[in-house]
Amino acid sequence: MSNTDFVLAIEDLTVSFDGFKAVDNLTMYIDKNELRVVIGPNGAGKTTVLDLICGKTKSTSGSIKFMNTELTKLSEHEIVRAGVGRKFQTPSIYENLSVYQNLEVSYPKGRGVWGSLFFKRSDAVVSQVKKIADEIMLTNFLDMEAALLSHGQKQWLEIGMLLMQDPELLMLDEPVAGMSAKERDQTADLLNKICKNRSVIVIEHDMEFVKKIAHKVTVLHQGKILAEGAMDKVQEDEKVIEVYLGH
Amino acid sequence: MNASLSKLVGGKQGAIGLALLAALIFVVLPLGVDIFRLNLVGKYLTYAFVAVSLVLLWGNGGILSLGQGIFFGLGGYGMAMFMKLEASDPISTKIQTTPGIPDFMDWNQITELPWFWHPFESLPLTILAILVIPALFAYLIGFAMFKRRVGGVYFAIITQAIALILSILIVGQQGYTGGVNGITDLKTMLGWDTRTDSAKYILYYVNGALLIGAILLSKYILNSKFGMLLLAMRDKEERVRFSGYDVSNFKIFIFCVAAMISAVGGAMFTLQVGFMSPSFVGIVPSIEMVIFCAVGGRMSLIGAVYGTLLVNYGKTVFSETYPELWLFLMGGLFIAVVMFFPNGLAGIYDKYAKRFKFLRKFSDTQPAEKVKATPVSDIKEMGVKA
Repeated sequence: MSNTDFVLAIEDLTVSFDGFKAVDNLTMYIDKNELRVVIGPNGAGKTTVLDLICGKTKSTSGSIKFMNTELTKLSEHEIVRAGVGRKFQTPSIYENLSVYQNLEVSYPKGRGVWGSLFFKRSDAVVSQVKKIADEIMLTNFLDMEAALLSHGQKQWLEIGMLLMQDPELLMLDEPVAGMSAKERDQTADLLNKICKNRSVIVIEHDMEFVKKIAHKVTVLHQGKILAEGAMDKVQEDEKVIEVYLGH
Repeated sequence: MNASLSKLVGGKQGAIGLALLAALIFVVLPLGVDIFRLNLVGKYLTYAFVAVSLVLLWGNGGILSLGQGIFFGLGGYGMAMFMKLEASDPISTKIQTTPGIPDFMDWNQITELPWFWHPFESLPLTILAILVIPALFAYLIGFAMFKRRVGGVYFAIITQAIALILSILIVGQQGYTGGVNGITDLKTMLGWDTRTDSAKYILYYVNGALLIGAILLSKYILNSKFGMLLLAMRDKEERVRFSGYDVSNFKIFIFCVAAMISAVGGAMFTLQVGFMSPSFVGIVPSIEMVIFCAVGGRMSLIGAVYGTLLVNYGKTVFSETYPELWLFLMGGLFIAVVMFFPNGLAGIYDKYAKRFKFLRKFSDTQPAEKVKATPVSDIKEMGVKA
């Protein structure tokens, strides 16, 4: 595969679990500064695609190129260091650490054993933590143990932990699950803000929310792309209505 | 107190805890008990090295090793081999078929000192071996396990199996290791008689100082970003991995550090007790060490030392009167701690200390303290200062 201008270029990607193809010959391109939403019924392979990109699952065949670097050969932490951040479906934060510590641990310095032993809390770290905490609306909770946050705040915290790494590509698996209507709006604003200088892939079921954020929508079904394009186009697509959106 | 020192000992409260422990070890106990009992305390304090290593590994890292006896034993055997060679000079072993080799080798028809015993003729090499061999062994185990992402119960079982294998190996290779009796009749180190009362006092103090040193080293690790990552890995290993860290390297490193700390305890055991045997290597001692740590509080370095002393004191008292009952009592104690006091003695202390603080808050009209007394409280100050 030749080099491209895309941030992420997935080509002919297939993964098969004991013969079952969870992702089947998928080809997808993500532009710079694009916010792509992936929708589809349960079991369509949405989360599996994210797993493949971030290295949690190894692909059977095909290629994933991130800024022209092949990711399928790299290990998880190398993919992260290349600039790919991933938020999990259930908020995945360090409950026993404070919000401040959660963010600081995610700061991309001192990532080796020795580096972490002699890591110094510099001004740059403190100001970066404060800046991100402000973006994710948790400035007043920095000292609080993360376990005590509300569900929505935990989701924001995990997004903030990814922002600390300043990734080129951010992947969010159901970021508004379990959030109140107001929190959903705030999250939509947050996402619209953070996709200004990076590409974002979001998996989401909430159509109202998708409308607010999506630049382009990809509909997955049985591991294949069913439709792709602007939200209103996709919503009118008959195949999509049949398998996913309903009548 | 300057900032880095304060960070090292864990703030004012950490400094007080450490000072109290040091006072107990260096002043109260030597003044309060006779040399026989003090030597016994010294022996218990060598177990405390292992308990401290388990606070790092298990309490903070979530890695339960049921085989810390391996490393305690490797350290102990290293020192024992050195002292045995010194005790086996040609003159005092002239009645043997082959003079100049340890007596148990002679009994097993071995006529030449095996190659792996030769480094232990030199004290510097012995000290090096005591630190490096356990770390290297831990590195091999850790590399094989953690790179394959073996963890949790599986790791515990495998370490237990290795402890068993090692103790069987030592018992089986009598000619090379002294077998089930271990290595006994250790008298001197570089000509210095370790059996005299004055030597016992000196060794007790050296042991105490090394233990405090091990605690300080552990505190440094736990207060660094590494320590924060350990907790993070214990909670959400995946998240750490997907934040760009190679999780296995961190686990291997802390396992090696824990092995080295345990080995120092083992070497000090040999020096103070005068022998080393496979009964300190296998499964039972390894699990006992975990109990010491659990009773003291697996999150508290200082608690682990108190836990070790308390359980061993109980063991001495009870096993003198009811030797058969002790094991049952110990098992019961472990179950009780896990079920009712998951944070051990340190947890109980924290609970009451907090209650005390809570009351104090009512008594004066200071503004309420922060929600949590986590290290975050000094983050801001440091941020401003830096």
